[in-house]
Amino acid sequence: MSTATAGGQKRNGKSVRELDSAAVRFVGDSGDGMQLAGTQFTNTSAVFGNDVSTLPDFPAEIRAPAGTIAGVSGFQINFSNHDIHTPGDKVDALIAMNPASLKANVGDLEDGGILVVNVDEFTKQNLAKAKYTNNPLEDGSLKNFRVFEVPITRQTVDAVKQAGVGAKDAERCKNFYALGLIFWLYDRPLDVTLRWINDKFSKKPEIAAANTLAIQAGFNFGETAEMFPVRYRVNRAKLDPGKYRNITGNQATALGLITAARLAGKTLVYGTYPITPASDILHELSMRKNFDVRTYQAEDEIAAFAAVVGAAYSGALAVTASSGPGIALKQEGVGLAVMTELPCLIVNVQRGGPSTGLPTKTEQADLWQAILGRNGECPLPVIAAQSPADCFWTVIEATRWAFKYMTPVFVLTDGFLANGSEPWRIPAYASIEKITVRHASDAATFQPYLRDKNGARPWAVPGTPGLEHRVGGLEKADVTGNVSYDADNHHKMVGLRAQKVANIVHEIPPQPIDGPDSGDVLLVSWGGTYGAVRTAGQRARAKGRKVSHVHLRHMNPFPANLGEIVHRFKHVLVCELNMGQLLLLLRGRYAVEAVGLNKVQGRPFMIREITAKIDEVLGAK
Amino acid sequence: MNAPADLPTLQPKDFKSDQEVRWCPGCGDYSILAQVQKIMPEIGVRRENIVFVSGIGCSSRFPYYMNTYGFHSIHGRAPAIATGVKIGNPELDVWVVTGDGDGLSIGGNHLIHTIRRNVGLKILLFDNRIYGLTKGQYSPTSELGKKTKSTPFGSIDHPIHPISVAIGAEVTFVARTVDVDVKHMQGVLKRAAEHKGTAFVQIYQDCNVYNHKAFEFATDRSVKDEHVLYLEHGKPMIFGKNRDKGIRLNGTTPEVVELGKGVSPDDLLHHDEKCAEPTLAYLLSRMRHPDFPEPMGVFRCVESPSYEDLLMGQIRAATAKLGPGDMDALFNDGDTWNVD
Repeated sequence: MSTATAGGQKRNGKSVRELDSAAVRFVGDSGDGMQLAGTQFTNTSAVFGNDVSTLPDFPAEIRAPAGTIAGVSGFQINFSNHDIHTPGDKVDALIAMNPASLKANVGDLEDGGILVVNVDEFTKQNLAKAKYTNNPLEDGSLKNFRVFEVPITRQTVDAVKQAGVGAKDAERCKNFYALGLIFWLYDRPLDVTLRWINDKFSKKPEIAAANTLAIQAGFNFGETAEMFPVRYRVNRAKLDPGKYRNITGNQATALGLITAARLAGKTLVYGTYPITPASDILHELSMRKNFDVRTYQAEDEIAAFAAVVGAAYSGALAVTASSGPGIALKQEGVGLAVMTELPCLIVNVQRGGPSTGLPTKTEQADLWQAILGRNGECPLPVIAAQSPADCFWTVIEATRWAFKYMTPVFVLTDGFLANGSEPWRIPAYASIEKITVRHASDAATFQPYLRDKNGARPWAVPGTPGLEHRVGGLEKADVTGNVSYDADNHHKMVGLRAQKVANIVHEIPPQPIDGPDSGDVLLVSWGGTYGAVRTAGQRARAKGRKVSHVHLRHMNPFPANLGEIVHRFKHVLVCELNMGQLLLLLRGRYAVEAVGLNKVQGRPFMIREITAKIDEVLGAK
Repeated sequence: MNAPADLPTLQPKDFKSDQEVRWCPGCGDYSILAQVQKIMPEIGVRRENIVFVSGIGCSSRFPYYMNTYGFHSIHGRAPAIATGVKIGNPELDVWVVTGDGDGLSIGGNHLIHTIRRNVGLKILLFDNRIYGLTKGQYSPTSELGKKTKSTPFGSIDHPIHPISVAIGAEVTFVARTVDVDVKHMQGVLKRAAEHKGTAFVQIYQDCNVYNHKAFEFATDRSVKDEHVLYLEHGKPMIFGKNRDKGIRLNGTTPEVVELGKGVSPDDLLHHDEKCAEPTLAYLLSRMRHPDFPEPMGVFRCVESPSYEDLLMGQIRAATAKLGPGDMDALFNDGDTWNVD
């Protein structure tokens, strides 16, 4: 939703209107390069100094049948002159490269919004593939929008002629033409993308030339054609001072892991198996061999985690990442890590489930899997990232816990965080607190299961003289670690393992509340829904409602003061992209009469959905 | 392997843990444990650098009885866990103890992939052709038609042949030995210990409770010389109590021939464990009792870079080219901007 600020100006005979923010979505066939166009628009906006929040949305198929709804790929970006938390509910501008993408997305365009269509693709055949009976450009169905019909394909092919590329390559430049046009429309500079093109295609100068010509042609079309009376401008956001870069959740996770290893003075061993939407963490890490990052692409999910357990035993920072179905396969190994009390991280980039589910769509339905999904009494700490850049800090925090408490730690992110991006204020490495690691070394006092004051057993790594000992999945006797089938010992060990995880509550600061300490409605959320729920809470308060918001990061153990907080509000509304997983945990733990706002559509919350639910809970009209 | 100069002199007893061994009396595992403990002081590795990793099953209790580092893990996953140990610290001497159920059934996938990667692990497969710990069901190496608790009418599964599978996965060291032939086993284990890359050893092991005498043909002194072929690199394949029989190639098929009567040792197949092509080793892995004497010893031993050497090589190369990773440079990679 664009919001206009007062004032405006004229440039090149065209008026420039200033906006506080704008949401733009590029949509097309999955071969049309929409993800690339969206990413470039994001980077330019970020470098320009806007706050940004993005939502890529693409099909699970690499190439679904061209021109069909199934093959539609989109990328939404919200950019603003102030702090924003979401990619936006509805979009102010939609760039549709073909009929199918128009059909699938036009419902999200604001009334009066800008609709740029590639008119060349609105052929009889393509309209039929999109199952349009009438041409929407002609039947009046788009009358609520400002429609701009641009012959993008034809103009692109004409523009890139002089680069001397083949017909197919020429047509493939049309995403850059569209991008150039939208850059013009929102008064953005081209230089960031031009630099990217030159780097990316440095070995294919003719492709670099073609894409450069295409983006310039799109930009110039906006400038010279009599089509667009106004262009828009969104000024720099007043972010905290510092140096920034744009970062996705998966990139932040990878950087966080490298950082955690360095802070702890450890080698990072990353054992994994390719799975959507977690694979980009592997891609990012596998480039970083000069940081002594040892990536291991195993034969399956089970082996990937087994190697992590082995690497943890050997003394490394051992990490895996996967998504729901892969995590399910790893859980036996996670149980082993709990039993042997070895430190490691399991990152679950959640996606729509159950089973294969919706691989490229987001969901939060693996909370129970993380907390409860193993055989036996098998507790472990669980922590959830709240934004793309926050994934960096989340994995560092998880590493601190793993080493201090000798435990596997679950880290929950999701597809929305993993692929979405936002500006990240770059920290100075030296400013980040080191991670303490203690290894046993004294043979005279060593006992494999003699616990410290935190409840952690010692980490004695192979290669240490005199500490030769055995670990394993069988229950172990307290202190000595010898195999034990003793009834009382088992009861005691179950308790000690649980107490150790419970002790982590001392690491967790009191749960902050956004808004007053008590009131009518407490919104509770966790993980990637932070932005939408936070904004909904703020808007409700702006309307005079007594609504506060608690966003959980620590899912197990919960912050110590959480139970007290939830009882101070008349209504507790738990907003989750699942059918009520946190809700059940809160009810069970605190006997609170909470209700849920639940959505499983493979998409993030829209702010207005939460606003509507708040009104419903309050009985307001 | 070059032993460290200050390697302490240890005895087999120094490799015995304080835990009571709990296999059934008469189990073949006792002998294997004793032979492993026997050779440990001789392999030139410090005790603290030795790790035994196992899965689940009778054989997988092995690490508890070794006074080294040990990890009794979960069913079938020992090769995968051991791979992680090796990636984390390539300097460690890592041994995997597994059985025919653990290694070939639930863990078959990991075994194949560990072998093809040539991870520097010594994998000891205790093969008793039965599930012992779960009390007597047929295993992947049980013979067709075998009657067990879970196959009262006889097994209809064709058995898997571990050495053939290992060769199919391009194993760089593969050998076979048998539990009661202690000198032979010690020799094979020492060879395995020396190998860089995956060393895979199939050990015929008697389960005297659920599958007694499964390998009698190879252990009964009165007949074994007629049923076993001891492999020696470069030597003709001769066997028999009187060393009067041999293996000759007829076209592409091996055949048993009697020496004399116009057949000389020169006409026989000669063993070549170092042959780059695994054809001969595979052919040997197909020779089975009772049609053939079963080969014992080293089938194949070739040099190839280990997984951990390649991994560390890439890390060294990247570090030489790019310099040791600079965290602040990593953070500031790509397009950045300043907010004042």
